[in-house]
Amino acid sequence: MSDNNISYVRTEMLEEQPAPLSEKGPVAWVKNNLFSSVPNTIMTLIGLWILYKIIPPFISFVFLESVWTGADRAVCATEAQGGVQGNDWFGGCWAYVGAYMKQFIYGRYPDAELWRVNLTGILFFGSLIPLLIPSAPYKSANIIFTVVIFPVIAIVLLTGGHLEFNGFLLPDSIMAPSTAKFAVDFVILSLIIAGIAALIARGSDKNPMPSVMGALFFMGAVAVIFIVLGVNFGLEHVETPIWGGLLVTLVIAVTGIAAALPLGILLALGRRSNMMFVRLFSVIFIEFWRGVPLITVLFMSSVMLPLFLPEGVEFDKLLRALIGVALFSAAYMAEVVRGGLQALPKGQFEGAMALGLNWGQMMRLIILPQALKLVIPGIVNTFIGLFKDTTLVLIIGLFDFLGTIQLSYSDPTWSSPVQNITGYAFAAFIYFLFCYFMSRYSTFMEDKLNTGHR
Amino acid sequence: MASDVAATQQTSEEPQVALLNRPEVRSMLFQGLLTLAIIYLIYSGITNMFDALDRAGIASGFAFLNSSAGFAISQSLIEYSQSTSTYFDVYVVGVLNTLIVAAIGIVLATILGFVIGVARLSDNWIIGKLSKIYVEIFRNIPLLLHIFIWYFGVLRLLPHPRDSADFGFMGLLNNRGYFAPKPIWGDGSFMIFIAFLIGIVAAFMIGSWAKKRQMATGQQFPTFWAGLGAIIGLPLLVFLVLGAPLTWDIPVAGGFRPSGGMTMIPEFIALLLALTTYTAAFIAEIVRAGILAVNKGQTEAAHALGLRQNKTLNLVIIPQAMRIIIPPLTSQYLNLTKNSSLAVAIAYPDLTSVFAGTALNQQGQAVEFISITMLTYLTISLVTSMFMNWYNARMALVER
Repeated sequence: MSDNNISYVRTEMLEEQPAPLSEKGPVAWVKNNLFSSVPNTIMTLIGLWILYKIIPPFISFVFLESVWTGADRAVCATEAQGGVQGNDWFGGCWAYVGAYMKQFIYGRYPDAELWRVNLTGILFFGSLIPLLIPSAPYKSANIIFTVVIFPVIAIVLLTGGHLEFNGFLLPDSIMAPSTAKFAVDFVILSLIIAGIAALIARGSDKNPMPSVMGALFFMGAVAVIFIVLGVNFGLEHVETPIWGGLLVTLVIAVTGIAAALPLGILLALGRRSNMMFVRLFSVIFIEFWRGVPLITVLFMSSVMLPLFLPEGVEFDKLLRALIGVALFSAAYMAEVVRGGLQALPKGQFEGAMALGLNWGQMMRLIILPQALKLVIPGIVNTFIGLFKDTTLVLIIGLFDFLGTIQLSYSDPTWSSPVQNITGYAFAAFIYFLFCYFMSRYSTFMEDKLNTGHR
Repeated sequence: MASDVAATQQTSEEPQVALLNRPEVRSMLFQGLLTLAIIYLIYSGITNMFDALDRAGIASGFAFLNSSAGFAISQSLIEYSQSTSTYFDVYVVGVLNTLIVAAIGIVLATILGFVIGVARLSDNWIIGKLSKIYVEIFRNIPLLLHIFIWYFGVLRLLPHPRDSADFGFMGLLNNRGYFAPKPIWGDGSFMIFIAFLIGIVAAFMIGSWAKKRQMATGQQFPTFWAGLGAIIGLPLLVFLVLGAPLTWDIPVAGGFRPSGGMTMIPEFIALLLALTTYTAAFIAEIVRAGILAVNKGQTEAAHALGLRQNKTLNLVIIPQAMRIIIPPLTSQYLNLTKNSSLAVAIAYPDLTSVFAGTALNQQGQAVEFISITMLTYLTISLVTSMFMNWYNARMALVER
C-alpha cells in the first residue's frame, strides 16, 4: 500500500479564512453603498459636499465659537460692535439663553410662586408617562387621576384657585349675586337634571330610582370640584397675562387636546349617525373648521367672540385662545376618530346590538375602546400638529415659548447680531425635541398595534 | 300561505313598547332638541352681538367696502393706490397675494418634495440619510419659527442696497428684496401668446392621436417630446419670425433701493421659502410611502416582461404610486394655502394681514371682516379639494 503515494493530496485542512476585505467589512460597505457606479459616486460627492457646507459651520457656531458665560451683550459682540470678540467672530450666545431661561420657561410668573408651576409640571409628567407606557399597571386609576383630579389641581395651583362663583340661573332681582346664590342655583340645576333623568327612565319603562341617584351622584362630584376651586388655599392669585413661555405653550396644547378629544369623539359619532340633522350639523362643523386657517380662528376668538357673549360675561385672552384652539382641533380630532370607527368591522356593531346593548353601552363598551386604541398614533400626530400650532398665539399677543423669545430681542442688554440666530436655534432645538419624541412614540404605538396584521 | 298569515298577524298586533324606547320617537326628540339648542345659541349670539355693537357705536353692514382705505400695501398685483383705492380693492389685493404665494409655493414644494422623497429611497447611504435628516428637522419645527428664521435670521444677513449682490442679467439681491429684470414686450407680442395657446391645443391633439394609434397598431409615439416641441417650439418660432420683440428692463443698483426691474419683497421670499421647505418635508414622506406601497412583485413582473428600468418606473410604478400619493397630497396643498396666512407675522400683505389685520383695525367691524376672510379661505379650500377629487377620480383604478 506504500506504493500508493498520494502526496499531492492535502493531508491537513486549511484554517477557515475571513472573507476578503473587498467583499466584507467597511471597505466593501463603502464600495457597495457609496461608489457602486458612476452616478452613485457623483451623488456621494454631492452629499459629502453638502455635509462639508453644513457640519463645520454648525459645530463652530454651536460649540467652538460660542459663548457660554457672561453678563451682557459685550461678550457676544465683535469689537466693531462694541464687544470683546474678534471682528470675524460668529458664534452662538448661549450666555443670553441662560440669562433668559427663567422667562423662556415661566414668562413673568412671580419668582416666589414658581414652585407651583414646577409642582404642576411634575404631577403632569408623573401621571402622563405611566399612562403612555402600555405595560404600566393601575391604568384606570391613572386615567381618573389624569383626566379628573389633575386638571382641578392644575387650575388651583396655576391660577391660585379661590375662584368666585356668582350664580347663573335665578334673575338677580330674586337674589343678589354671591357664592350662596351659586349654591342655590346649583342645587336647583341638580334637581332639574335629576327630574329629567327620572322622566327619561319613566318614558322608557325603567325604574327611575337608579337614574336619579346616578344624576345626583354626578352632580355631587361636580359640586366637590367647584368647592375645591372656590376654597381659599392661601395661594396668591396669578393673572394669566403674566404667564408665558413654555408654560403657556404646554397649557394651550394640553388643554386644547384634552377639550378636543371628547368633542371630536362626539362629532365623529355624529357624522356616522343615522339621524339626518345630527349628521348635517357634524359635517358642517367639521368641514368649516378644517377649511379655515388657525390664524383666522384665533382672530375670531380674540375680536369676534367677546361680541357674542352676553353683557358682563368676559373671558380673559388665554381662555379665548383656548376656546378657538379647542374647537379647531376638535374638527381634526373628529376625522381621526372617524377613521378608527370606519376601520372596525361591521360585525362588532352587529354583535353588540345582537347582545341587546343599547347605543350608549355599545359605544362605551365595544366600539370606542377598540376604535380609540386604533387611532392612538393619529391622536398623537394631531397633538404634534397642535403643539406646533400653539406658536400662532403670539400673533394675537399671547407670549408662548416662541413669543417670549421674540420678546427678549427688544431687550438692549443682550442685543447683538447673533442674538436672534441664537434664540431661534434654541427654540428650534426645544420644539424639535418635543415633536421628535412624540412622533417616535406614535411610531412605537403604530408598530405595537400592527401586530398580527402583516 | 301559513307564513304569510303569521307575518300579517305579527304586524297587526304591535308589541307594547314604551314611547321613548321607539327608535323613531327617540331620534325625532333628540334631533328636535339639538336643533332647538343650536337655533337658540345662534339667536342669542346674534342678539348679544347687535347689543354689543350698539353699545360700542360700531356700524354694521358691508357699506365700508366702497369707502377709501387710505393705507399703502407693499405688494399688489393690480393697480392700487393709497388715496383712491377702496376696501374692496384691499380685499382683492389680499386674495391675489395669498393665491400667488400659495400657487408658487405648491409648485416648488411639489418639486422639492418629490426629489427628497425619491432621494430617501436612494441606494446611496449618504443621500438617503441626508434626506431623512432633512425631513425630520423640517417637519418637527413649527412653521412660524421657519418663517421667523428666514425673515429675521437669514434675509437680514443680506447686504445693504448699496452693496447688493449683483448677478448681472439675473438681477440684484439685497435686504430690500430680489430685483429681477422685467420683460418689456414689443409690438406683435400677442402673436407669441396665441402661438403658445395653439401649441397647447396641438399637444393635446397629438396626445390623443398617439394614444389612438397605439391602441390600434401598438406603435408608440414620442408624445412628450412632440408636445414639448409644440408648446415651446411654436412660440419660439413666432418669436424669431417677428424679429425678437423683447427687451429687458434690468435693475440698476442705487443708494437707497435699486431702480427698474421687478421687485420681490423680502417678506414674499421668506414666506415662500418657509412654506416650500416645510411642506416639502411632508410631501417627501407622502411620496416615499406611496412608492414603497407599490408591491415589489410589480417591479419584478415588469422586469420579467422585458421592460427597462425607466419604462418600469414610468409605466408601472409611478401610475400606481400616484393613486396612493394624490389624496394626502391634496391635504398638503390645502395646508400650504391655509398656512400662507402666517404671513401676518412678518407683514406680507396677504388676505389675513391686510384685510383681517390692517383694514379691520381701521374699521373695527370685526364680524364682517372676519366672516369675509374665513369664507374666502373656506371657498379656496373647497374649490381646491373639489378639483383634486375630480383629478383623483380620473386617476383612480377603474374596476369592473
